[in-house]
Amino acid sequence: MSARESILGRLRSTPVATRPPLPDVGAWFAAHQRQEDLPQRIRRLRSALEAVHTEVHDTTEADWPALLARLAAAKGLRTLLIGDGTAHGAALEASSPEGLQLVPYAQAIDAWRDTLFDGIDASLTLARSAIAETGSLVLWPSAAEPRTMSLVPPVHFVLLDVACIHADFHSTLRAEGWAQGLPTNALLISGPSKTADIQQTLAYGAHGPRELVVLLRHAPGVAA
Amino acid sequence: MSQVIRIHPAEDFKARSRSVLNDPGQRKNFRGAMDFLQAKRSAQFPDQDELASLRELGASIRRYSLAHLPQLLEQLETNLTAHGVQVHWAQNAEEANAIALGIARRVEAKRIIKGKSMVSEEIEFNHAMEAAGIEAFESDMGEYIVQLADEKPSHIIMPAIHKTKQEIAKLFADKIPGVDYTEDVDALIQIGRQVLRRKFAQADIGLSGVNFAVAETGSLCLIENEGNGRLCTTVPRVHIAITGIEKVVHKLEHVPPLLSLLTRSATGQSITTYVNLISGPRKADEKDGPEEVHLILLDNGRTQAYADEQLRATLQCIRCGACMNHCPVYARIGGHAYGTTYPGPIGAIISPHMLGLESTYPLAFASTLCGACGEVCPVKIPIPDLLVRLRNEAQARPDSAEATLRGSGAARTPLISLVWRFWSLVYSRLGLYRLTSWFMSRGRALSPTEQGAWTRSRTPLIPAPQRLRDLLKERHK
Repeated sequence: MSARESILGRLRSTPVATRPPLPDVGAWFAAHQRQEDLPQRIRRLRSALEAVHTEVHDTTEADWPALLARLAAAKGLRTLLIGDGTAHGAALEASSPEGLQLVPYAQAIDAWRDTLFDGIDASLTLARSAIAETGSLVLWPSAAEPRTMSLVPPVHFVLLDVACIHADFHSTLRAEGWAQGLPTNALLISGPSKTADIQQTLAYGAHGPRELVVLLRHAPGVAA
Repeated sequence: MSQVIRIHPAEDFKARSRSVLNDPGQRKNFRGAMDFLQAKRSAQFPDQDELASLRELGASIRRYSLAHLPQLLEQLETNLTAHGVQVHWAQNAEEANAIALGIARRVEAKRIIKGKSMVSEEIEFNHAMEAAGIEAFESDMGEYIVQLADEKPSHIIMPAIHKTKQEIAKLFADKIPGVDYTEDVDALIQIGRQVLRRKFAQADIGLSGVNFAVAETGSLCLIENEGNGRLCTTVPRVHIAITGIEKVVHKLEHVPPLLSLLTRSATGQSITTYVNLISGPRKADEKDGPEEVHLILLDNGRTQAYADEQLRATLQCIRCGACMNHCPVYARIGGHAYGTTYPGPIGAIISPHMLGLESTYPLAFASTLCGACGEVCPVKIPIPDLLVRLRNEAQARPDSAEATLRGSGAARTPLISLVWRFWSLVYSRLGLYRLTSWFMSRGRALSPTEQGAWTRSRTPLIPAPQRLRDLLKERHK
């Protein structure tokens, strides 16, 4: 008998006295969820992100490329990895930021692993949405913006449209229908990488990005 | 293949405990770390009503998952397989290591980079790989430190909690070429980062654990702060995840409440830096991610716990470590004294199923039954009740109905059996009880002044000069 059959057989042969009903997770969140409007959710997201050393900047559809260029220059960044064929990547290229070389993620990692690890200062990705409660950015990496973009470069810029800020993780799953179909990798990112493994002392920049910079893109006419 | 589990909890537990108790440095490390973690957790739960209802929800999700475990495991397998993930089943450590080794040999792997995985510690994965000539390198900072020092983790969440920064500074200076002694924690972390960055780029296989396996969507959920877990599951061309069979949940929406309970209870964070949901290997048009993803589902004694209605609650555990952080015994003796992969209260109740009660029963007795572990458990495992149950199992007559586990009756000795037989005889016969208590009260002068461990720090136990019934008789005269 295979290991699979043995294990399942042992589990199946166990009489289970009570089979509890499916827990009502929705009801719990309905009772405990904060009823906040968008400006409140933006404030909550910002303060949660800032509490874990994340830079948060307000910007607009028109201004963000210039803001990013200024921030990159101030940080002394020379190379920025951008998604291949994305609208925001194209917008940044069109603004031709001075002194910042834009590198599209054009080929599979296997072809340029060493350059990715050693030769890229920063990256820019678009967040799919965000979670106010925990200060989390939701990323669904794709062929255009692969997983390593938010992981390997030491500085990670994230563009987030403020309209996509949900209250909590549960309402995010529900609103975006995650259970109906997930990408190969879905991520929540809440700050730059960190560790407290040496004598409980918090240090940022463990294995992932040392800095996380969020560009909050507000729609025209909406106050920041 | 065979392998050696090097520590024998039952034999050396007391000696190891005593050695830590006599080491003021170690005790200070643990006390400081436990106070820190308790305060962090407490700050995350300002609203006791919210905590109570969230724990109830968490417990109900875990109980539901276990009640439907075989069906959920099959659903998980079906959905993962549909995504292109290869699912393997292992009954014990040997089988799990053999599966991993089979994959490693097929892809001609030389180097494995590891994310944090207590199950990989449980099966002594690193030793099995090394024995086969494959390098297995820990990448979690705490695990890296412990591996560099050739030790084992002393805590399931913070593996190097027993070490001071001075000890780590010395370790790095001694073991990493070209590194000078520094006690600056940021500098030490950057040293680790640089060493391990090359390892990520070079590794053929990334190994990880799993925090939650979601049956409905066929997804593996992993949480971490450092980014090493994501690197292990993203950069090498093969990703092997290994987990106990109990980690499955039915619905994706079961993850948010458990995740919230886990991170807040474990390290006092509202969420970890990364929540990584993996639902398959790299697709044809994708530019990164592993080409192969494997999941090894490990039993290793878990079905023994599952078979018992009461002990099944052991498998509700989400491995937050709050029980050890709040345990007065763990805080004093630390994780290594237990001698098991999982220390503290959860270690005392899970290890007997993995290793047998014969080698682990002292752990069930190493508790004051103060109840703190049960009170903080985010999924409401009645840990003190389970400790008492295991004590009874350890004392049970091996051929009796009370003996249901591997190694039941292991703590039984002729003397203890005799004492209990005498006790039950006296307490079930009134005349004999009166006679015995009469002799005890009259013969009190014969009580020994040396009463073993009791008198090491207490006055001797001496029967009262008058029995309760004598006192009552006098009062009613």
